[in-house]
Amino acid sequence: MQAREIKPGIYWVGGIDWNLRNFHGYSTDKGSTYNAYLIVDEKIALIDTVKANLTQELISRIRKVVDPARIDYVISNHIEMDHSGALPAIMELTPHATLVTSPNGDKGLHAHYPKEACRWKFKVVQQGDTISLGKRTLQFLPIPMVHWPDSMLTYVPEEKLLMPNDAFGQHLASEFLFDDEIGCSIVREQAAKYYANIVLPYSKSVQTLLTQIQKMKIEFDMIAPSHGVVIRKNVKELVSLYNKWSTHQSDNKVLILYDTMWNSTEKMAETIQLAVEEMNIPCCRTSLTTTHISDVITRVMESRYIFIGSPTLNNQVLPTMASMLSYMQGLRPRNKIGFVFGSYGWGGQAPKLIEESLRALGWELPLPPMAIKYIPTEESLDELRTQVTKILTGAK
Amino acid sequence: MKKYLCNACGYVYDPAEGDPDNGVQPGTAWEDVPHDWLCPVCGVGKDEFSEE
Repeated sequence: MQAREIKPGIYWVGGIDWNLRNFHGYSTDKGSTYNAYLIVDEKIALIDTVKANLTQELISRIRKVVDPARIDYVISNHIEMDHSGALPAIMELTPHATLVTSPNGDKGLHAHYPKEACRWKFKVVQQGDTISLGKRTLQFLPIPMVHWPDSMLTYVPEEKLLMPNDAFGQHLASEFLFDDEIGCSIVREQAAKYYANIVLPYSKSVQTLLTQIQKMKIEFDMIAPSHGVVIRKNVKELVSLYNKWSTHQSDNKVLILYDTMWNSTEKMAETIQLAVEEMNIPCCRTSLTTTHISDVITRVMESRYIFIGSPTLNNQVLPTMASMLSYMQGLRPRNKIGFVFGSYGWGGQAPKLIEESLRALGWELPLPPMAIKYIPTEESLDELRTQVTKILTGAK
Repeated sequence: MKKYLCNACGYVYDPAEGDPDNGVQPGTAWEDVPHDWLCPVCGVGKDEFSEE
């Protein structure tokens, strides 16, 4: 296992989880990495660790650079177990190291590792606290709720290096180290998916972070996150995307999101697609049978118009749709214009249930839901087209 | 009017600002914030707040 130098004397020593396909319900079809960084100066610091299953990989990469026993500081930017899982093993190997974390990190690490943490030497840092490593300085900025209460950013001003932990991360396992090596479009795609699934509900805190970075005049030309590749080419682009996503701006495009029982709701979805395309507005039609909710939510975040359809099953929405709505209640995509549709046999409760759920998210719903009994007729589909056109008039 | 701090995430409820995005108008004292109101940043309830 090799360590990889990202700046002179600063090494990536993380773990690559090639076969990870499920991250607490997030479909990680590209795997992931848990990034840890080793800074070798007069003093030696390790920034974050890895998930427990890759502990030996981390240790072996560190050994390529230094004997772990020489580490002076272990920085825990985030207590979640994909970054702290290897901490107990690392602290065993680094008998004289001080563990540096935020006030909430201190509480959280004791809760996660009660037996081990009572033996560790903690240094709790606040905003603006620094540790000198010799030529380089570690500057700390707790960033609560980006995305846990304990989240913290570590900054190395001399190297213009930002280590914001999960912020700016991507679930992306790769043999490449940098964004320009793997290709910036996949990094953008996976950063968007990561934001939509992990960071979106904490957008206000992201705004606070971006403002603080400006106010404190933090200059950086490299972002080394805790997942995925290191950003050195498209730093400005990614920061501006974070600004866009955290202010709930989206593109003028339509997402038709639905599931179907006997193809009636699907027929409605197809009709909507044709109507949208005729207006020359970009459009994506996504069935919940074939697309995972963690991919759908990314499209939701990026689209201004969301048209949602479900048939009524046993007086409820389809379970796939119930799951999607519940996911959205947690992730809270904002600033959307919605429209609800679906077929039914009797009762027809689904569209109303969906509408209530979207209202709770504060979405604008300019027209009432459209429900069609059993099989759509040409006339009912014509009416659907008219409704869609009404909503989208002025959208171009 | 007193400000209240979210113990979980550090958000501060300032009565002067209220939380208009979630239906709490500026000028609403902590005591008058609805019982089912949640921290707009991390989502915990009022019982997780303490006086700043």
